[in-house]
Formats: sequence, C-alpha cells, structure tokens
Amino acid sequence: MDLCTPLSHEVLMLRAGDRVTLSGTVFTARDEAHLRMMEKGIPFDPHGAAIYHCGPVIQEKRIIAAGPTTSARMNTLSGFLLEKGVRALVGKGGMSRQVADQLKGRGVYLAFTGGCAALAASRMTLKGVYFEDLGMAEAVWAIELDRLPLVVGIDAAGNDLFEGVNKNAQAQFRRRFQVKKEAPA
Amino acid sequence: MIPLPDPSLLSAITHATCEAFRQAEINLPPDVVQALRNAREKETSEIARGELTNILTNLEMAGSLRVPICQDTGVPVIYLTMPPGIPLTTGIYDAIAEGVREATREIPLRPNVVDPLTRENTGDNTGVGMPAIHVRPGDRFTITVLPKGAGAENMSRITMMLPSEREQIHKFVAETMLLAGGRPCPPVILGVGIGSTFDGAAALAKEALLEPIDTMTPYEEQILAAVNTLGIGPMGLGGSTTALAVKVKTGGCHTASLPVAVNVQCWACRRATVEVPY
Repeated sequence: MDLCTPLSHEVLMLRAGDRVTLSGTVFTARDEAHLRMMEKGIPFDPHGAAIYHCGPVIQEKRIIAAGPTTSARMNTLSGFLLEKGVRALVGKGGMSRQVADQLKGRGVYLAFTGGCAALAASRMTLKGVYFEDLGMAEAVWAIELDRLPLVVGIDAAGNDLFEGVNKNAQAQFRRRFQVKKEAPA
Repeated sequence: MIPLPDPSLLSAITHATCEAFRQAEINLPPDVVQALRNAREKETSEIARGELTNILTNLEMAGSLRVPICQDTGVPVIYLTMPPGIPLTTGIYDAIAEGVREATREIPLRPNVVDPLTRENTGDNTGVGMPAIHVRPGDRFTITVLPKGAGAENMSRITMMLPSEREQIHKFVAETMLLAGGRPCPPVILGVGIGSTFDGAAALAKEALLEPIDTMTPYEEQILAAVNTLGIGPMGLGGSTTALAVKVKTGGCHTASLPVAVNVQCWACRRATVEVPY
C-alpha cells in the first residue's frame, strides 16, 4: 500500500508484516526533540502526522544522509504525540509493549531499514526546521518523502512483529543452551 | 635531541586520515558486500530479503552519490602503524585529529562527539581522547579507520568468566544478541575478545572487527551458528541471518581469569586503510 501524509484512519487497516511506502511530509525527532515538545508544545500540526526517528546529516540545506535511529530510546516519550493525533512512528528496531498499547486504534509503527541513509536521502527533500538550537542530530527537520519503503512493525491492533521474533529468539536460546529460567530481556 | 616530524609528514597524515574516512564512510569493504549478497540469496522470508535489498540498494546509492552509507557516521576509532625511525609525538596525534575535523567538514560527517557529562557537542568529532588512536607495530606507515556507530556499540558486553566456564562463551555471545534484538542493525558482525585483561578483552573484541569476514575458523563458525539459531534476522524482523560473521581474537590471561568481550558491529562494517607517504 502507498501511504501519504497527513495519514487518516486507513492506517488502522494495516497489519504487522505488511510492506508499504510512505510519501508526504514527516518530522524527525529524537530524544531531545521529544523532551522539548513535551515542555514547549508540538511546533507542527500533529493530526495525521508521521514522526521519523532520525538524526540526519544536513549540509547547506540539503539532506546528505538520513536513515532511522533506534526507536526504543523514545519508548517512554511517544505517548503524548499519539494522544495529539500522530498516526505513524517511523524508525528502526521496534518499540515497547507500552507503545504498542498506545498505538491501539490510533496508528502504526513503521520500520525502515537501519543504516540505509543514502537510500533514504535519495527519496527526501528538506522543507524546514524547528528547534535548530538542539543541533543537527536532535533538531526537528520537516522532510518531504517520496515513497520510502517500510514494513509495518506494530499495527493498530497491537500486533508486534518484533515481539514475535523476540519470543521465538528467547525460545531458541533456551532450547540451544538448556536454560530453564527465562533469560533476562 | 629527538627530531620533530617534518611538517609535510604531518599534513600527509592529516590527508591520509581524511581519505581513509572518505573511503570507509562511502564504500563497504568487498568481503562485507559479498557477505550481504550471500545473505540475501539464503534468506527465504520476503521481509528479510526486502531488508537486505534495501541495504544493497543503499550501498549502490552511497557509492554513486558519494555520500555516507549511514547517517550515524560513528565516532573516530583509528589504528596506526608506524615504521621505525619516526618518533610518536603529540604532533602526530594532532595531525590525525585534524584529519578527523577535515573529514567532518568535507565528506561531511555528523558531529557525534560530546562531553560525556555535559553532553555538549564539540562540533568536529574530536574531544578528550577522541579520536581514539591505537598504535600497533608495523613496517609501513598506515592509518586504518573504524568509524563506530552507537546503535551497535551500545549493545556490546563484557564479562569476567571463571576459567572453568570456557564452554559458556558461546552462550554469552548468543545472549548478547538475544538482549540486543533488532537494535544493533543486524545482520551484525560480532568481534569477540577472549583473554587478556578486563580492558584488553574489549580492545581485542574491537580489533577482531578489523579482520576480513570471508574466512572463519571452525570455532568462529560454531559461535556464528549458535547466534543464527535465534532467528532475529535482518533488522530484527526475523530471518536466518542475525550475524554475518563472528571474529575471535585471543590474548594470554591470568590463570585465574577468563575475560570475554563482545563488540557488536552493525552490517555497515566500515573500515579502510590508507598508507602515509613519508
């Protein structure tokens, strides 16, 4: 499916494991930007918005490299965005059960291949910036996407592809090493 | 009197450092590219194949656009070999740091280096002890760079095992990946340092990442097989390739010790060596 921001209730139909593309404006945000938005408010219209967990390399207002960062760092920082109408979180590595619950009936988590910064940059145009004082990696950059290829990691029904893979990995580990107790995770 | 290095040597060092970063950040070594291609052939899940296709397409785009492979251009880790007769002065360290600054401006690299407590960014990828420079013996004057991104580095672990626990090394390495899941951008390469001292094991683990991954010892193959049974797969979305390779480096250790360190490297195993003309 080809998605375009602002996203509507169409995202609720997606299922974990679906491959989609995303076009339209997205907003980058990492740890510091989330903390700033919690304190000072969201500087863009959050309705149907997509947040991209990314700290790009920008040179002379051009996007040089812009792959995803580890979404798990934003596990405890994302609820307020979903409450304000954000429909998609885009990043890598998956998010917590808490976020999967917060996404229920609201939106989806979309996984982009970690490290694919050149591929990402080739499908992006820089539109603007908020909180530039946070520095290049932590600022909120408004970026226009042209069909970024993504996988639905967590759907709006709470199904989590990463959680399934992780449970299987735990089981394989216990079998391989004859561990009785569940390994810490 | 110890002669100071010639200024033209210092500028050659700066240039070689910058050039090594340019090569490492834009093109992966051929052994790593081949391992990624082999992994795509082997994967049966459509999602896993899709992730590896994105990775291989990304490598082509980085090469043709002359831009970094990944926006996390890492922190500068540098291995230096110096021929006899050249004194190891602070001037040489400064010339390498200047090469890092030049690479940061010109390639460009993301400024990643901050003060650990104030978190203030120095803006040029240098700082106290950064670049991390390791001097190794050698006959030629070479600069090898290993830019290290945080996603994978943060998943690395070290343990002081009992000498009787040698059989547990596989388990510790596999457990490191179990805890990491998709976060370090698998398929990863695992550098395993066994022996030496507490700090030495970590250094060995990192040095193991400098080794080509197209050959492995039977011991390394065994650990790799254990890691790949986890099925974490490319980007943690499931699949048979959780790790592309395991590389082990050992060092002599105390009879009562068994330090084991695992340095996790994402698929973007960036390394390049440039020779300094002198």
